[in-house]
Amino acid sequence: MPAYTLSINGEEREVDVTNDTPLLWVLREHLNLPGTKFGCGISQCGACTVHVDGRPIRSCSYPVSSVGDSEVTTIEGLSENGDHPVQQAWLEHDVPQCGYCQAGQIMSAAALLKSNPNPTDADIDSAMNGNLCRCGTYIRIKRAIKTAAQNA
Amino acid sequence: MTVVKSNMDRRSFLKTIAVGGGGLMIGFSWMSCSTEEPLAVYDVNAYLKIDNRGGVTIFSPNPEIGQNVKTSMPLIVAEELDVDWDRVTVEQAPLNTEKYNRQLAGGSQSIRQGWDSLRTAGATAKMMLVTAAANRWGVSPNQLKTEKGVITNTANGETLTYGDVASEAVDVPIPSDVTLKSPDDFTLIGNRIKNVDGEEIVTGKPLFGIDFKREGMVHAMIIHPPAFGMSLKSYDDSEARSMPGVQDIFTINTSIDEPQWSDVNAFNELLVITGDSTWEVMKAKRAINVEWEATGELENTSGHNNKLAEAVNNGSGEIARQDGNPDSVANSAATIVERTYTAPFIAHNTLEPMNFFADVKENSAELIGPIQTPEQLRASASQLLGISEDNIRVDMTRMGGGFGRRLYGNFGLEAAAISQQIGAPVRLLYTREDDMTQGTYRPAYAIKYKASLDEDGNMLSFQARGTGMSESPLFANRFPAGTVDHYSSENIPVQTNISTGAWRAPRSNFTAGAEQAFIDEVAEAAGKDPIDFRLELFERAMSNPVGSDNDYDPARYAGVLKLVREKSSWDTETPGVYRGVSAYYCHNSYVAQVVDLEMVNDQPRIKKVWCAVDCGIVVNLEGALNQVEGGAIDGLGHALYSELTFEDGAPNASNFDNYRLIRTNEAPLDIETHFVQSQIHPTGLGEPGLPPVIGAYANALYKATGQRYYNQPFLMREEQVENLGA
Repeated sequence: MPAYTLSINGEEREVDVTNDTPLLWVLREHLNLPGTKFGCGISQCGACTVHVDGRPIRSCSYPVSSVGDSEVTTIEGLSENGDHPVQQAWLEHDVPQCGYCQAGQIMSAAALLKSNPNPTDADIDSAMNGNLCRCGTYIRIKRAIKTAAQNA
Repeated sequence: MTVVKSNMDRRSFLKTIAVGGGGLMIGFSWMSCSTEEPLAVYDVNAYLKIDNRGGVTIFSPNPEIGQNVKTSMPLIVAEELDVDWDRVTVEQAPLNTEKYNRQLAGGSQSIRQGWDSLRTAGATAKMMLVTAAANRWGVSPNQLKTEKGVITNTANGETLTYGDVASEAVDVPIPSDVTLKSPDDFTLIGNRIKNVDGEEIVTGKPLFGIDFKREGMVHAMIIHPPAFGMSLKSYDDSEARSMPGVQDIFTINTSIDEPQWSDVNAFNELLVITGDSTWEVMKAKRAINVEWEATGELENTSGHNNKLAEAVNNGSGEIARQDGNPDSVANSAATIVERTYTAPFIAHNTLEPMNFFADVKENSAELIGPIQTPEQLRASASQLLGISEDNIRVDMTRMGGGFGRRLYGNFGLEAAAISQQIGAPVRLLYTREDDMTQGTYRPAYAIKYKASLDEDGNMLSFQARGTGMSESPLFANRFPAGTVDHYSSENIPVQTNISTGAWRAPRSNFTAGAEQAFIDEVAEAAGKDPIDFRLELFERAMSNPVGSDNDYDPARYAGVLKLVREKSSWDTETPGVYRGVSAYYCHNSYVAQVVDLEMVNDQPRIKKVWCAVDCGIVVNLEGALNQVEGGAIDGLGHALYSELTFEDGAPNASNFDNYRLIRTNEAPLDIETHFVQSQIHPTGLGEPGLPPVIGAYANALYKATGQRYYNQPFLMREEQVENLGA
């Protein structure tokens, strides 16, 4: 019997892992969803951000046993055709440099806009401060969030 | 237009199968629509292939670390080929030193050193396509013109697409001379072109080294000594071995007989854990009891700082350049300004931790992953594995940042050693802690500057004494060399066993900020506007330069300063806005920056950074803007917040909870960048946007607070305003 049945991107997925396995590694290595990234392992960089019931969580520090019946959404499931307003705005502003942090940035931004469709600069700072970008794309990220807010 | 030698021969072509008509068909597939002709792909040269429907694939030869060469290098090929960019697919080329030159990401040199060969590849292919069309029509190639992949006979308006003639073009003799476009005729270069991997990045496609996997792949992690100066003594793995998913625990040694410059590495003997999954290996890693022993000095930051202070104040080193008699001139000058600047070790902290895939067989090996120096890795791996370079394939993945860390491919060697040991494909992954505490750090540096002025505020002498662990950060022949009659530059390096290496804009990442903050203080002592003061110096270097080895063009230097003065309205004061300026030349490009600060609740906030850049021709405006913006934020972040200190040889930070990086609320609210319009061949932008902003920030901070900040990171401690050598 698989240890866990998870609802990931609208599908039921079964995995047999120990209960302390972080959701990040379940996604990356057991469910073939490598879009969610490993950066620090201690919830300090945001590269591993996914949605659990629509809320942004750091999957590197979120054990699989905590998921329960919640709906998990990863970057691969954010939109069917890669056309979520946040993804489109990211392309319009050509945000990425190396690109490694951007899945986590996009997931944080999408969760922000879902709960707060017209965020102020301060709202954006507080929602996005947990996501590091080592290449320094912060200004473009902010512009893209504002564009996505307008287009959503 | 310029005529150049194509320097291409059949050797540069992929080995392919000749099919009917003699065309070199290298790909063949039935696409979705069965009524269409089957897709045939023709290999035109090492950089591109064209299919019979006009689709073009361009290979990007160099490693992609976020500097956007995977877009800009193929763009240069496409420009000369005259093809519709929408029809271009870009693929990362593997390491192939027969086909490509300098497949390395470093020194901001990819565009500068690739410019001619990329253009020639595109122009050569275009000429062969045009010749094929001319042959088919029985007309002279001279009466044909090309645009967006269509060849038109100007005599009668007939057209053929590149796809129509691709099969014939590959049989056309390779022209020895080809004509390159005049920059005035560029249609792609200079535009805002989006990142070719953008859609895959925002949808989470597996592009990075950490995403690569293969059937049967084993997961591996390492344990390295906790301190520089320590080595493995013994270990007890009895608990770890019995943990689920653990396959093996053993040691490797990656020492090689003839290390190259890229083999900088603190620890060659490492403990390895292999297993079924990353999490299981991570858990087993924590369950091993390791005993370490000191086999070298265990160094401390306080000791480092004392050594650096002693070196700049009292040490004697190598005088790299001296003009005139700066000591005696300073002794009789009206004013002397003497200040010392310092910066700590910093880690690269690429957000994607070091990792590599290796599949080593008895007589061959495959190495796949994020590496800035694939050619060097192959050579070192050949030594380590005892396998000839011809039998080692290296493929480059997209990299989650480089910043110089991935120049040093020890992690690739470690993966190779592990795969050889276990006889299976393996992916080595560092934890963040492994990554941060086993770096090739930016050296800790100090520079002591001394300048003298006459009664009228003219600079009479300028002296710099530079030290660092283990290199001096000075460039003896750069500004202000050449602008002043009496000048000296002296290097007094200090040794350490902390492993160091290139960190984005090596040496310049410290020297620019120190020098430009010092020049600001000298300008103030001279009673002059900081831009006027610098322009006077460049005027001297243009009209009557001192010495003949000056490594910069003073006219281009002055050009970016004038541009930033104009665009930032430098001469207009705004209440509540505190401004600082800087200008710096490195990696063949010129950048001037103005930082605008405001004080919010007594804390400095960066309102805006203005950038003026001269990198010759701008290849991709979008990518260029992004690099300059990112460089400025990277420079600010590290100068304000980042440091790695040591106690008994051990780094005091190991993850982002105790190593501070700039976050979005601390980034400038805006950055505005302007480029000097130029037809000079392009130079790189991965690094030049970073160094000067540190000086501009320090100068603005002085205006805002009345304090000069001499020690980085500026905002982390009160004593950063104290002067070590004053």
